[in-house]
Amino acid sequence: MIKVTQLTKKYARTTAVDQISFEVAKGQIVGFLGPNGAGKTTTMRMLTCFLPPSSGTATVAGFDVLERPLEVKKRIGYLPETPPIYPEMETSEYLQFVGKLKGLSGADLAKRIDYVCGRCAIADVKNKLLGKLSKGYRQRVGLAQAIIHNPDVLILDEPTAGLDPKQINETRDLIKDLAGEHTIILSTHILPEVEQTCQQVIIINKGKLVATDSVRNLQARARGAESVLVEVAGRQGGFEPSLVLQKLEQLPGVSRVLCKEQIDARAVFEVESKKESFVRGDLARAIVESGWDLNELRPAAMSLEEVFLQLTGSEASPAEETPVEVQA
Amino acid sequence: MRNVWIICRKELGSYFASPIAYILLIMFGLIFGYFFWNALGAFVFESIQSQMSGQSFPMNLNEWIIRPLLSNLAVINLFFIPLITMRLFAEEKRTGTIELLATSPVRDIEIILGKWLAAVLLYACLLLFTAVNFGFLFKYGNPDWKPLLVGYLGVFLLAGALLAIGTFISSLTKNQIIAGAVTFGICLLLYVFGWVSGYETASWARVLSYMSVATHIESFQKGVLDSKDAIFYLTVIFLGLFFTARSMESLRWRS
Repeated sequence: MIKVTQLTKKYARTTAVDQISFEVAKGQIVGFLGPNGAGKTTTMRMLTCFLPPSSGTATVAGFDVLERPLEVKKRIGYLPETPPIYPEMETSEYLQFVGKLKGLSGADLAKRIDYVCGRCAIADVKNKLLGKLSKGYRQRVGLAQAIIHNPDVLILDEPTAGLDPKQINETRDLIKDLAGEHTIILSTHILPEVEQTCQQVIIINKGKLVATDSVRNLQARARGAESVLVEVAGRQGGFEPSLVLQKLEQLPGVSRVLCKEQIDARAVFEVESKKESFVRGDLARAIVESGWDLNELRPAAMSLEEVFLQLTGSEASPAEETPVEVQA
Repeated sequence: MRNVWIICRKELGSYFASPIAYILLIMFGLIFGYFFWNALGAFVFESIQSQMSGQSFPMNLNEWIIRPLLSNLAVINLFFIPLITMRLFAEEKRTGTIELLATSPVRDIEIILGKWLAAVLLYACLLLFTAVNFGFLFKYGNPDWKPLLVGYLGVFLLAGALLAIGTFISSLTKNQIIAGAVTFGICLLLYVFGWVSGYETASWARVLSYMSVATHIESFQKGVLDSKDAIFYLTVIFLGLFFTARSMESLRWRS
């Protein structure tokens, strides 16, 4: 449905998007992931014909964005980062305007307006001024605007930014719901969002494509070596964390053990296992058999987050980077 | 054409949904009403004077009221046109709604024409006020309506040209105030370019004076429909809208 080859966008001094290529099949939800300023919005703007690429090509439903922009625009619904609403218009008036702009008219238009109002749960604000709506409603009106002409492709730029947790969930559900009928590209810098809603991920950083894979594969990549957090407590005083450390290190399949923290007679260890070995059972048994209490045993947060950080380097975690700069 | 109308309707909607349109209408009505009242007062005073002196020479409503008012109108335009055009593109660029327009299946030129047309129609609403005033002349006097009509056409063409320039300037910035101020400055300059012809006859002066929007309105005010002058205004309209299209294109390449 979408095919991007060697797409590049250069501004006066910087290269915002650098030779990225990817394909999106019909009906898929693709997460477009990257730290802020990675070139997500620029790429989306090129796909929607808002910005022309400096070089490379992008086609949507077989139409080139440079050569047949009108055909591409007819097939795309786009929600920019800030919903493009006119504060002085009422919701229904706005949807009328956008619908007409996208080529709908008459009974067709009325039917689609009813449909998107129901779909995006904005029927109750139909006669309210857009300027008076809350952020969540504006976002949904923005989404309604994007799907009003039933486009093949939906391009959503950070659709959940600035919403409260409940609204975020609702929006994600809505997007998942829409997936059957539309091919969706959504950009975000929030990882759980991708895990929850997307089937495929495209990770870009500093304008370059870093990875493109299915969510499951990326997760598997992250889980190659598992790490487990174990909280151990001593019974009746005599507790020596170094003993526990020794014991755990000797277990087969364990590659590294770290004592994360120690409070009185309790200690938390992070145990890293070698690839393809499953050590949790052994860990639990060893601890209990040695006469300690096993308070907790859970997998360390292992998600796309780690892959993401690995792939995009220190750029993704300014919190870690800043103190180094201060010292220097 | 359908798209032009959709955009135009939306623009008119925004003018009239906000206080802008009403404030412009009221202020314009007040100012023009005052000018009219003054011109009428002067006319009455003069005619009484001429009667008292015994030798009443014929006084003409067209000559005494309509023509000076039409030329005043051209000056009032100067203040109102920037207020009409400044938001056209600047506002959409600031709020980001331009992205909606630019990613909808409409051509740039349709967007531009729609916006300009809305500005022209709002201006036409302003002119309706002046028609009320002139209506009194027709009720109580007997002016010639043909020169008035030609005069109106001239004012309308002049306004269309300035509105096109304003549209172009609005497309260059995100800031409405800047758009308004620059439009005002440029329109003012275009008015006074004609002054050089008073003391200079070199070719640059003739070019400058030709460029002045004020020199071309004179024939219309006299009630003469001169195609040269009409073509001048149409050319300015065309150029203004053409540059707006180029500016929108460059917005895409730069932004």
